[in-house]
Amino acid sequence: MIRSEIIKNLVPVLSGQLVVCNIGLPSQEMHLFGDQPSNFYMLGTMGLSSSIGLGLALAQDKTVVAIDGDGSVLTNLGTLPTIANNVRDNFILLIIDNGSYGSTGDQPTYAGKKTSLAAVASACGCENVIECQADEAVSVVEKAIASKKMTIIICKCISGNIPVPVITLDPVVIRHRFMQAVEA
Amino acid sequence: MLLDKIVIDAFEKNNIELVTTVPCKQLSGVIAELETRDSMTHIPANKEDEGMGICAGAFMGGKRSAIIMQNTAIGVTINTLVTLTQFYRLPLPMLISFRGELGEPVACQVEMAVHTKALLAQLGIPTYHFHNPDDVHELDEILKYTFMCNKPVAILTDASFWKGE
Repeated sequence: MIRSEIIKNLVPVLSGQLVVCNIGLPSQEMHLFGDQPSNFYMLGTMGLSSSIGLGLALAQDKTVVAIDGDGSVLTNLGTLPTIANNVRDNFILLIIDNGSYGSTGDQPTYAGKKTSLAAVASACGCENVIECQADEAVSVVEKAIASKKMTIIICKCISGNIPVPVITLDPVVIRHRFMQAVEA
Repeated sequence: MLLDKIVIDAFEKNNIELVTTVPCKQLSGVIAELETRDSMTHIPANKEDEGMGICAGAFMGGKRSAIIMQNTAIGVTINTLVTLTQFYRLPLPMLISFRGELGEPVACQVEMAVHTKALLAQLGIPTYHFHNPDDVHELDEILKYTFMCNKPVAILTDASFWKGE
């Protein structure tokens, strides 16, 4: 299973939730399969999905699911100690780990080699770290939302992409409708 | 110290509820003052772009946010300032220690100081420079301006400012 299939499968579980979608293909896939006002699409700024998600979770009480990638987390590895030391039980970080920089041509990441992001997250002090396989993603995310505990999920899958259109929504529109969904 | 208190009072008065910081020696007093306030959540960040991401999320979650950092961070955060804070039109007060100005003991700090204002100008970021202690009384208006125009705004605070009280 590749990332786009995981995202497609997650659409019903994420319906109505506040979702921060990682830059590039993950945002485009989420937009294609399950666009909703409560999705925040990152059009730039690789690495900050988890940081934006944490900020959102700190500022209000609704559940926030930040979808990240292994390459993006490696870009902003300092995020994991910050998350570990500022626990918010309405925050779920879902790292879809395909061992590659998917949006840029599937160049391998170190997470697909010797580096275990689950071990890194645990070493940073994160509790409730779950590594799962692609076919378990829906049930693991569902349980994490129901648990009301901050959870870090590393979902392993194989590398590969499908063609998806770019997002042409204006960033201010994305932000405006997202903030309305936060307030609703 | 009085200046630290006036700065954080202005944050509080403008309903800033979440502040991320990456420390600087020149900012230790203001960060310590921040820690004393129950009205504000302080989230130390490991890198300034991470802090700006947290601020963006907090603002969209309904809380006004701000970042406290050193001017060297302008070099770290240009992409984030442009593709997140500016692109999505998010307000972000940046209280910045302006290292490398008069009174600076560390030569290397001057290397970034000479680029700081040019970079901020290139990015179209409204920039204020606090050099005299009295300049602090503009902070309240600068914060109001930031949340009026939904832009990142830089408040550069140099050694003369912090020393002068």
